[in-house]
Amino acid sequence: METTSTLLTWIIFTPLIFSFIALLFPTAFEGKLRTLTLIQTLISALLATVMYFQFDGSLATAQMQHFMSWLPDWGLNYIVSIDGISLPLVMLTAYVAPVAILGTWPSHGVELKKEKFFVMMLMFLQTGMYGTFLASDLFLFYFFWEVVLIPMFFLIGIWGGKERIYATVKFFLYTMVGSLLMLVAIFYMVKTSADLNGIASASFSNLSKIPFAFDNRSLLLALQSPQVLLFLAFALAFVIKVPMVPFHTWLPDAHVQAPTVGSVFLAAVLLKLGTYGLMRIAIPFFPQAAYYFREFFILMGVIGIIYGAFCALAQTDFKKLVAYSSVSHMGYIMLGLFSFQKVAMAGSLYQMINHGISAGGLFLIVGFLYERLHTRNLSDFGGLSKTVPLMAIGFMIMTLSSVALPGSNGFVGEFPILLGAFQVEPMYALFAGTGVILGAVYALKAYQLVMLGPATRTDLDHLHDLNLKEITAMIVLTLFVFGIGFFPKTFFGKSDSSLNVYTSTILEKVGTNEYQ
Amino acid sequence: MENMNSVLPALILLSPLIGFFINAVILPLAYKGFAKTPANTAGGVATSFIGFSFLLALISFVKLSSAGGANPSLTINCFEWFNFGGLNIPFELRIDKLSGILVLIITGIGTLIHLYSTSYMHDEECVGRYFSYLNLFCFNMLLLVMGNNLPLLFFGWEGVGLCSYLLIGFWYTETEKANAGKKAFIVNRVGDLGFLVGMFLLFRELGTLTLPEINLLLANPEVVTRIMPSVTLICLSLFVGATGKSAQMPLYVWLPDAMSGPTPVSALIHAATMVTAGVYMIARLNPLFELSPLALSVVAHVGAITALFAGSIAIAQTDIKKVLAYSTVSQLGFMFLACGVGAYQTAVFHLMTHAFFKALLFLGSGSVIHACSGEQDMTKMGALKKHLPHTHLTMLIGSLAISGIPFFSGFFSKDEILYSTIALPGGVSYLFVIGVVTAVLTAFYTGRMMSLTFYGEKRYSHEVEHHLHESPALMTFPLYVLAGLAALGGFLGVPHLLGDYLGHMPHYLSKWLNPVVPAKVLPIIGIKLHLHEGLVMFGSSVLAMVSFFSGISLFKKNLFVKDLFSAFNPIEKVLSNKYYVDELYHFIIVTPVRKISEFSAGIIDKYIFDKAVNGIGTQVRKIGSGLRFFQTGDIQTYALMMLLGLLLTILFIFKILL
Repeated sequence: METTSTLLTWIIFTPLIFSFIALLFPTAFEGKLRTLTLIQTLISALLATVMYFQFDGSLATAQMQHFMSWLPDWGLNYIVSIDGISLPLVMLTAYVAPVAILGTWPSHGVELKKEKFFVMMLMFLQTGMYGTFLASDLFLFYFFWEVVLIPMFFLIGIWGGKERIYATVKFFLYTMVGSLLMLVAIFYMVKTSADLNGIASASFSNLSKIPFAFDNRSLLLALQSPQVLLFLAFALAFVIKVPMVPFHTWLPDAHVQAPTVGSVFLAAVLLKLGTYGLMRIAIPFFPQAAYYFREFFILMGVIGIIYGAFCALAQTDFKKLVAYSSVSHMGYIMLGLFSFQKVAMAGSLYQMINHGISAGGLFLIVGFLYERLHTRNLSDFGGLSKTVPLMAIGFMIMTLSSVALPGSNGFVGEFPILLGAFQVEPMYALFAGTGVILGAVYALKAYQLVMLGPATRTDLDHLHDLNLKEITAMIVLTLFVFGIGFFPKTFFGKSDSSLNVYTSTILEKVGTNEYQ
Repeated sequence: MENMNSVLPALILLSPLIGFFINAVILPLAYKGFAKTPANTAGGVATSFIGFSFLLALISFVKLSSAGGANPSLTINCFEWFNFGGLNIPFELRIDKLSGILVLIITGIGTLIHLYSTSYMHDEECVGRYFSYLNLFCFNMLLLVMGNNLPLLFFGWEGVGLCSYLLIGFWYTETEKANAGKKAFIVNRVGDLGFLVGMFLLFRELGTLTLPEINLLLANPEVVTRIMPSVTLICLSLFVGATGKSAQMPLYVWLPDAMSGPTPVSALIHAATMVTAGVYMIARLNPLFELSPLALSVVAHVGAITALFAGSIAIAQTDIKKVLAYSTVSQLGFMFLACGVGAYQTAVFHLMTHAFFKALLFLGSGSVIHACSGEQDMTKMGALKKHLPHTHLTMLIGSLAISGIPFFSGFFSKDEILYSTIALPGGVSYLFVIGVVTAVLTAFYTGRMMSLTFYGEKRYSHEVEHHLHESPALMTFPLYVLAGLAALGGFLGVPHLLGDYLGHMPHYLSKWLNPVVPAKVLPIIGIKLHLHEGLVMFGSSVLAMVSFFSGISLFKKNLFVKDLFSAFNPIEKVLSNKYYVDELYHFIIVTPVRKISEFSAGIIDKYIFDKAVNGIGTQVRKIGSGLRFFQTGDIQTYALMMLLGLLLTILFIFKILL
C-alpha cells in the first residue's frame, strides 16, 4: 500500500519558495533577511517534524510518495518518497538548518556583502539537500545532487576567505567531474530498463530490480561486466563527496575558505550525500559488485580513519583540524557500509547523523571564535574557558561527541560499526579502532590549545561569551548529543524495519550469511 | 538464583546524576554565573545526593543479605539502549553480592570525600564545577559496577575516564595540569581499545554481552570447547583495558601525573574507586579468565612486576602525593597478582581494604598539604606531628594498615595474597618472593613518608609555620571514619587459622562473595595448611614491622636523608626519575606520532594527493592551450578542416581506409 501525499514536495520546495520571497524583499528590510531565513528553516523543520510523526516506522517500504509526470517519454518523472534510511537524514537537515542559521547570526554592525543573495543561496542549498535525500528517481536524484553544487559554489566563492576562488573552483570541478560518470551510468541504466520493460523509467523501484550482469571469474572480467562498471561510476561520484582518501583534498580547502554557515552545512549534511548515495544507490543497485570490491573500500575507509586523524593532529588551523577530523570520522561510515554486516550498516546510518551533529557543532565553535578573535590559528588561543565558560562547555560536549564517548551520540554510531565490522573483518576493525585513540589525541589537543592553559592573549576584554542565539543553537545540538547517546532507540527506532529489510535483501543478494 | 526486581539500583545511579545536574546547570542559573555558587551550597548539594545513594546502597545491602537463594541480586531494566540488527543491549542495572560491596565502597567513601572536599575546596574558585564533576564521577563509577552488560560497564569505564580527565585538569590554567589530564585520557584510551576488542571478540564467540548470560554460557562445556581457541586472546585484550584503567605496566604512566588534580580527587578516583575498575572487571569475568591459564599467568606477572617496580620508585619520591601514587600502582599490582593466581576473592578483599587505607592516606596527605600552604615536598616538612595531631594519628593508622602490621586491615588482605601465590595452583614461588619484597618495600616507603612528614626535625619555612594549622572537623571527621575502617576492616576476612582462635570467626567476605566469585579450593589441606599459613603470616608481619620502623627511624635523622641520597646517587637518580619511562615513551611513541602526523599532513597530503589533483587540473589546462592552436577564428582554416574531415569520412565509409 502506498500513501500519496504532497508533504515531501512541500519540504523540498519550501526553501525555494522562500528564496523567491527573499528576492522580492524590499531593500529597506534587508536587515530582516536573516529572520526570514530563520523562519524558513523553522517552517521546514516543522514540516519535517509533521512528516516524522506521519511516518510509519513499521513499514519497510518507501512512504508518502509523490509522483508527477515530467518528461515521460524520456523516462523522466518527478518521484519523491521517504523510507527509514532517508528519514534520519531529512530530519538532520531540517534541524541542522535553523541551528546553523542561529549559530552564525552576524553580530551587530557587521554588514555582509550581498546579504540577499547569501540567504537565497542558503535556501537554495536546502532545497537541493532535501531533494537529494527524498528523490526516488535516478534522474531527479542526479538533478538535485548537482543543484547542491551551485549554491555551495557561490557560498564559498563570494563569502569565503582569502583563497576562496581556488577552493571553490576545486570543490566544484572535483565533485562535478566525479558525477559525470554517474550521469553516463544513469543513461545506460535507463536504456537497459527501456530495453527490458519497453518503457523508459529511472525510478529507484524499477532500476533496483534490474540484475546487471556481473562476472567475477577474474578481476579483468569483473572490470568489464556492466554491474561493476556502473558501480564504479556511481561509487566514484559518491566517494569524492564523502570524501574518501585519496579524494579528500578538496574538503580541507573548501572548509577553511567557506563561511561558517557553509562549513556547517558542508560537514553536517553535504558529506552525507556521498554516503547516502552509496547506501541508497551504489550498494543496493549493484550489490555483487559492491561486495566484490568491499575490501578495497574498507581499506580506504580504515586508511581514512587513521590518516585523517594523523593529518588532523598536525594542523595548526583549527578549522582545518576539524575538517580532517571529518575525513577520519567519515572513514567509519565507509567501514560500516562495506563490511556488509547488519549491525555495522545500521551503525553507519547512525554515524551519518552523529557526525553531522558533532562536526556541525565543532564548526560552529570555530565560527564563534573566528567572529570574536578573527583568527583560527590554534596557537592564538589558550585559556579561554575562564572568559567564555559557556563556549567552553559547548566545545567540550561537541568534543565528547566527536571522540565517541559512551552516553554521547558519537558512541551510538562508532560502537556498532566497530562491533559489526569486527565480526566479519577483525583486522580492519582493529586498525580502525586505533582511531578511537587518535581521535582523542587531536580532539583533546584542540580543546586544550583553545580553552585550557594560561591565557595567552591580552585582548580578551572584548571577548564575550555566547549570546542567546548561539546558546540556543548549542543547546539544541547538546540535546541531540545526549538524547541520541542515551536513547538511540527513540531517535532511530523508525528506521529499524527499513534497515532490517535493506540489509537482509543485500546480504541475501550477495549470498553471505556469516555472523548475521 | 534469586533475582529481585527493584528500583533501588536505578535510584542509586540517578541520585548523583541529579546532583551533577543541579551543580552544573541549575545553581549556575540561579546564581547567574559559573563561579558564583557558594562552596557550602555546592558541596552540600553534592554531598547530600551521594549520601542519599549511600543510604540506598545500605538498604540494598540489607536486602541482599536477607534475601534467599544462592545468588541474590537486585535488577532493573531501565530502558532499551541498543536494539537493532541482532544487537540487543538494554540499559539494565544489577546489584549482586560483588557489585553490592563496590557500591557501598563507592557511595560510602564517596560521601566522606565529598564531605571532606566541602572544606578542602572551600576557598577555590568554581567549586560548583568541582562538585558537579565529582558527582558525575560517582554516577559513572556506579554505572561501571552496576551495569549488567559489558557495553554498560564500558560506558561507566569511559565515563570515569572523562571525569578523571576533567578533575585532574581542574586547575586547567596551568599547562602542566591540563597536560596531565590529557595524558590520563589518552593513555586510558589505549587501554579502552583493548577492552573494546575483547568485547567484540566475546560477542563474536558468544553472541551476547550480558554478564550473567556470559557466565551462564561459560558453565556449558560445549560452549567452552567451542570458544577455547580464542579465550586467551579475549582475556588478554580485556586485560589491556585493565592495565590502562588500573595503571599497570606498561600503561601506568598516567597515574603519577594524575596527582596534579585536587587531593580529594586522588583519594576517590585514583586510589579508592576508579583505578580498581580493572580488578573488578576481572573478578566479574572470573569464569572467563579461569579458562585461560596463560592469560591468568600474564595477569599475575604483570601485577607482580608492576607492584615491585612501582614500589621501588615510591622509595625515592619526595613529593608526598607521588609516593602515594606509586604506592597505589604497586598495591593495584598486588590485586592483579591475586587475580592472576586465581584468588579473585582476595583481590576484592584487598581492593576493599586498600580503598579504606589509601583513601585515608590521601586525605591525610591533603590535610598535610593544606596545613603547609600547598607544599607537597616532604623534604620541606618534618616534625608536623605536634601541629597536626589528628592527621598524624589517622595517617599513622593508615600507614600501619598499608604496611601490613597485625591486625590492621592491610595485614589480612595482603597476607592472603601472599599466601595465595604459593598455596593456589596458579601460584609460582618467585611471585611469592616478589610479593614479599614488595611488601617490605611498601612498609619501608610508608615509614619513610611518615617520618619525613611528621617526625624528625622541622624543615619548613617560617612562613609555612605561621599558617600551620590542623584541619577543621569537616576534614578530620572523614579521616577518623576511614581510620576506623582501615584499622578494623580486615576482620571481615579473617583467615581460618586466626578465625579458629577468635571463636570460630568466619571469613565473612569469602562467604559473602562465594556465589559470584567462588573461592578456589586450596590444594594443600589439613594441618600442613595451617603450618604454611602461619609461617607466611608470621614472617611477613615481622618483615613488615622491621621495615616500617626502620623506614621511620632512618629518615628521622635529618642528616641521614641527605647522606642516603648522596650515597646512592646513581640509583637514586634513576629511581627518582622513575626509571626514565616517561622519556622512553616520549621517544618511542609521542615523537613518532607527531612525526607521522606532520609527514601525513605536510608531505603526503600536500605533495602527493593534492599535487595529483591539481596536476590533473594543470594538465587539462595545458591540453586546452594546445588545442587552442586549432581554434584560430579564421574561417578559411575551419573550412579546410571541414574539407579534410569530409574527405576522411568518405574514405571511411567506402572502407578504403580498411
